[in-house]
Amino acid sequence: MSEFTAADFKKGQPRWCPGCGDHFFLASLHKAMAEIGIAPWNTAVISGIGCSSRLPHYMATYGMNTIHGRAAAIATGAKVANPDLTVWQISGDGDGLAIGGNHFIHANRRNINLNMILLNNRIYGLTKGQYSPTSPRGFVSKSSPYGTVEDPFRPAELCFGARGHFFARAVATDAPGTVEVLKAAQQHKGAAVCEILQNCVIFNNGTHDSVYTPTERKKNAIYLKHGEKMLFGENNEYGIVQEGFGVKAVKLGEDGYTEADVLVHDAKCEDNTLQLKLAEMEWPVALGVIRDVDAPTYDDCVSAQIEEVKAAKKYHNFAELLETNDIWEVK
Amino acid sequence: MADTLEIKEREEVAVRFSGDSGDGMQLAGNIFSTVSATVGNSISTFPDYPADIRAPQGSLTGVSGFQVHIGAGQVYTPGDKCDVLVAMNAAALKTQYKYAKPGAAIIIDTDSFGKSDLEKAAFKTDDYLGEMGIDPDRVIACPISTMVKDCLADSGMDVKAILKCRNMFALGLVCWLFDRDLNVAFNYLKEKFAKKAGVAEANIKVIQAGYDYGHNTHSSVANVYRIESKNKVKGRYMDITGNKATAYGLIAAAEKAGLKLYLGSYPITPATDVLHELSKHKSLGVTTVQCEDEIAGCASSVGAAFAGALAVTSTSGPGICLKSEAMNLAVILELPLVVLDVQRGGPATGLPTKSEQTDLLQALYGRNGESPMPVIAATSPTDCFDAAYDACKIALEHMTPVVLLTDAYIANGSGAFKLPNLAEYPAINPPYVPEELKGSWTPYMRAENGTRYWAVPGREGFQHIIAGIEKDSKTGAISTDPENHDLMTRLRQGKIDKIEVPDVEVIGDKNADLLIVGFGGTYGHLRAAMEEMKAAGKKVALAHFKYINPLPKNTEAVLKSAKKVVVAEQNMGQFAGWLRMKVDNFAPYQFNQVKGQPFVVEELVAAFNEILNK
Repeated sequence: MSEFTAADFKKGQPRWCPGCGDHFFLASLHKAMAEIGIAPWNTAVISGIGCSSRLPHYMATYGMNTIHGRAAAIATGAKVANPDLTVWQISGDGDGLAIGGNHFIHANRRNINLNMILLNNRIYGLTKGQYSPTSPRGFVSKSSPYGTVEDPFRPAELCFGARGHFFARAVATDAPGTVEVLKAAQQHKGAAVCEILQNCVIFNNGTHDSVYTPTERKKNAIYLKHGEKMLFGENNEYGIVQEGFGVKAVKLGEDGYTEADVLVHDAKCEDNTLQLKLAEMEWPVALGVIRDVDAPTYDDCVSAQIEEVKAAKKYHNFAELLETNDIWEVK
Repeated sequence: MADTLEIKEREEVAVRFSGDSGDGMQLAGNIFSTVSATVGNSISTFPDYPADIRAPQGSLTGVSGFQVHIGAGQVYTPGDKCDVLVAMNAAALKTQYKYAKPGAAIIIDTDSFGKSDLEKAAFKTDDYLGEMGIDPDRVIACPISTMVKDCLADSGMDVKAILKCRNMFALGLVCWLFDRDLNVAFNYLKEKFAKKAGVAEANIKVIQAGYDYGHNTHSSVANVYRIESKNKVKGRYMDITGNKATAYGLIAAAEKAGLKLYLGSYPITPATDVLHELSKHKSLGVTTVQCEDEIAGCASSVGAAFAGALAVTSTSGPGICLKSEAMNLAVILELPLVVLDVQRGGPATGLPTKSEQTDLLQALYGRNGESPMPVIAATSPTDCFDAAYDACKIALEHMTPVVLLTDAYIANGSGAFKLPNLAEYPAINPPYVPEELKGSWTPYMRAENGTRYWAVPGREGFQHIIAGIEKDSKTGAISTDPENHDLMTRLRQGKIDKIEVPDVEVIGDKNADLLIVGFGGTYGHLRAAMEEMKAAGKKVALAHFKYINPLPKNTEAVLKSAKKVVVAEQNMGQFAGWLRMKVDNFAPYQFNQVKGQPFVVEELVAAFNEILNK
């Protein structure tokens, strides 16, 4: 049992718009942190710039609200310099995938032990309504009055393309689902990306409507659990089966499909091919931990290498370092 | 040819080793400077390498040089021109002869002056000496490649490996010319190739052969060059480049402060050697992260500083452009950070391997908003150590990013470095938040000297948030209140203004007719020019600045102490402008040169005399 409650992680009065998905997510983060049980003084929450990046101001942990796009890089330095610290990085889709896209992929590639939260509302909220790198093609916004002419990033694809080892997805309004993926992210050693589907009530209202309420999720989402059959629907009447090189959703009993045909989710599978297919399904939307594979973390390896070299080398302070040079004496 | 070579006793001598980029000229030069320093000569070295990735062998663009200046007394620069030029091939002779003094001795490998070599070096005839107007009597022409092959015929090495030892033959010859003790060179090679005994042995054999060749062939020469040592400062020394000295200064400061040293960096010429050097020293707990870009190099360092490390990011001018936003973040977060800028020729890619002082105003002002930042400019290769140490001390004790300016010239150049005793260096005491403030502390509460306290994560009861957005001076909460922003701006400025730095020293005549003013890496050349003018009876002095922001307290008094003042710098007048802004009614003469090359002492003397005569 954790000695902390959600209240121990709470601070201040959030200033987001009423109904903003960030409120829901914040409450889930407080709850998840309490259940994880790591002390607030051993926790750092580091964000960039954007609506969601205000989040550290509402945490009773150590926190930094930094500059646009750099949260992952700043979090990397904090974690590598101080591996005892539990570091959560908070970014929106603009902060994390547009201006900060380079840091996002490299944090994943290096596998820094960070919990990387991507609050995805598919819009720039703080600058009042421009399309983001996750807005769908044709999206009409203030900066794309005739619709965008570019394709969006799919966060899981980017994460996997950067050799990411953990990817999970939750809906901001779904507290239990969110808490569960946050806890799983903390459990995972390495870069752990959690995509949080979050509604912007002002500039992109309804973007995640198909999964935003429990009723809709029953119809349109599937909760993935490692080792369990991928069934979904109000009465688990649907399942995910393999078809060719891909996966598809089928209704059991139709077209000859039975429960025996339904795939068992394997989040631990090193090959990410099927995990990617699951992450990219448009119906149902996959929620929960999609990929969770162990791999050496950068920060552990940095520390281990320092210890190895310490053991191998004979100089361990500045005075001894000087002696490793060609020295002459003037008498 | 050179049997009648004239040899003199000298106060100082400059030797330039030149050849193909792959000819190992730098190693030969380094060994020669170490050997000379061992007998107490003062030394100053400078490598001059091409920007080409790897130009074709024997081509004019592929020539690299390494100049070593040794002196009986103090030498301040690698020397304008050389007394001995080693040219390992025709292209080297063609491009490097301009760096030789009239009457300089020239050592050439005649085996690399064949038909195709001469063609590649754009000689028109076989009479290459005649074409360049070189007196054959000044030339020690030696078939170095042939002799090295003969020397190592029984070594079992292949021809390619054998020919890699040509540089050592040239070194042997030079050592003979200066009557140097070969044992020092031998020991150097034994240590360098400790794990390759065969290589060490072959190199040693070739050095000896070069030395013997000089001795035997030119035995009719009565004397070799002799540079006696005087004003010897007793102690133990090593040869150190500016970049290595910078790395050592950072390591020393981290140890003194009891902090982990974190470097976030991205490779960039001419700063990369700092990353290389620090990456080696994991046994001292140094953490280096080669980041995905310059931005992450700085940003990750800001994160590391927050987490409690001595954080450093290293780069050159173009990298500063990219880091400036994260540097600014460190300003408003009030976190300690050292930003190293090894200046090179700009703008943009500019002259990446060459040296300038053109980033001064960028260091002072290249950020949005009111963003005061201390700036320190190292004055010589060995001074990089102290400058780096000071930069760390100021950053940590005043909770601020500090820009440490060096330049390609001092970063790649080297000098004899008296081994520092860390116990004699001042303590570094960061303003950690006192435990008794638990419960009442807010993140922008200030210590006596105006700095914010440092609360490193992990301490219970000191959880806080710091942000790039403006905060209330008392509560630390986000604030857009106009009065508060004005106050915070003044607090950030005030704490930098209050940093105490040593007075600037005036060297030379206290009642000078002309005060020479400079900053950073030009110290050696300005000092040499001042000394030369003083020796000629001129009333001159030098005030050379290392602390740029804040300026020393005596700056105004010093600048107004002479009849005339000239500010000499390798830019279009950035330091002169900074001084004019800080000192009322200051109207100096200016000497500005932006060639990517070090100053030339003779040109400085001529320009300063002209000002004196005005």
